[in-house]
Amino acid sequence: MTLTLPKKLDRLELDEDGFMLNPEEWSAEIAEAIAEGEGIELSDQHWAVINFARDDFHNEGEAPTLRRIIQSVGISTKEMYSLFPGGPAKMASKIAGLGKPTGCI
Amino acid sequence: MKNFLILGGGTAGTMVANKMAQKLDPREWRIQLVDKDENHYYQPGFLFIPFGLYKPEDVIRPKKNLVNKKVEIIFADIESIEAEANKVHLRGKEMAIPYDILVVATGCEIRPDQTEGMMTGGWRENIHDFYTHEGASALADHLANWEGGQLVLNVTEMPIKCPVAPLEFLFMADWFFSERGMRHKVDLVLATPLSGAFTKPLASAKLGELLESKGVQVAADFNIGEVDSSKQEIRSWDERDIPYDLLITIPTNMGSKAIERSGMGDELNFVPTHKNTLQSRDWENVWVIGDASDVPASKAGSVAHFMLDVLVENIERQIKGQPPKPNFDGHANCFIETGYERGVLIDFNYDVEPLPGKYPLPGVGPFTLLKESTANHLGKMSFKWLYWNILLPGRPMPVSNQMSLLGKVN
Repeated sequence: MTLTLPKKLDRLELDEDGFMLNPEEWSAEIAEAIAEGEGIELSDQHWAVINFARDDFHNEGEAPTLRRIIQSVGISTKEMYSLFPGGPAKMASKIAGLGKPTGCI
Repeated sequence: MKNFLILGGGTAGTMVANKMAQKLDPREWRIQLVDKDENHYYQPGFLFIPFGLYKPEDVIRPKKNLVNKKVEIIFADIESIEAEANKVHLRGKEMAIPYDILVVATGCEIRPDQTEGMMTGGWRENIHDFYTHEGASALADHLANWEGGQLVLNVTEMPIKCPVAPLEFLFMADWFFSERGMRHKVDLVLATPLSGAFTKPLASAKLGELLESKGVQVAADFNIGEVDSSKQEIRSWDERDIPYDLLITIPTNMGSKAIERSGMGDELNFVPTHKNTLQSRDWENVWVIGDASDVPASKAGSVAHFMLDVLVENIERQIKGQPPKPNFDGHANCFIETGYERGVLIDFNYDVEPLPGKYPLPGVGPFTLLKESTANHLGKMSFKWLYWNILLPGRPMPVSNQMSLLGKVN
């Protein structure tokens, strides 16, 4: 996975799918860079989701599911798919620097 | 007299009731169990009903015959748990039931109402579930006369009870239609929100190969947004359509509505639970076992069984004023029926994914892990006897509740 990052961020440790391995290294600037690499320009709505995901990860120890984001942020599934195309929970987690969400079984 | 109250008399609640009846002194403790249904269902058997291998009546027994006579069973709907007052309200009963210790074993249920269009056209006609006794029985009637077409099995969202059951259904369907000489008239499709057949990499690859060898197409990363029954299509949120002639759905699985009414659940009504001690994260005298909890382990009877000893020991410790032990490791163990009287066995926990190798079992095993064998099928079929006669009564099973790496190859 190649990701074009601003020069000073190019030492960031990422997994093979471009997820950050170390959530503590995250910053707003990094979020902008990861989003840009995915062709997403971050709006206030994106930030509401990203900030919730970061807080929730801090409290619960794992990245939130799509259902959890929808109920907590007050956003629709449709909106989530237009904000974060593809897999919204995965993409939000990626931009929020939280690593790949673990599928629960 | 103190009150030990169990909510739910499924696999987990019945095991807890019978185990605690052996442990608690009846001069000090009264044990009560609340459930709305007088019947107990052998849920692993639901898989076999649609294909006529079990009849609907083969998987039912009355609850009163399965629970120790020292336990008082109350058949009623749970209205809510008032945890701050240590009592439970039952629907239609004025008196609430007080408790000193509460075990929540209310399980999970399918919620087809959570997906747009799923119940508004074709439900139980050409849209079926097999996670309920009623659904599995209706599907058996449908399959007996079905003439073929595109059969789509859709997993709505994770987590679901018994995450291998959808795969087993497809393996069984491939066998069933072949036996009836109509496999060429049937297209089998798995539409799943996962990126592959299963969540854990090695097992996903192995089970993916099996699906392919049986001619099942997999639509991965498919998150269903709606069922359009007028066009007979399911549509994902990212606007992919899959047409169906017969839709077998695993609807959203959620915890009991009573948990929601009590304000004790997460967004899917699962109860926040310490994943190693099984104590409620909010209430010290509330314990959670089986599908009702939010622990990141499989929702399956084997997991409830592996939780049992940890839960019972921790409750006994609480009664003696000792802290709980963090001994539950997320152990799960499933026989996966793959058709043609063969099966695959997987064994894993929170940290170790299913690995190949051997599963030693004194007197019966070893079973082969992550590979098809006839012994694994026989293991699966003999489990029904074990379930009624050893597991539910709380007799010792010849397996350790913690996962062992013995025999596994990494």
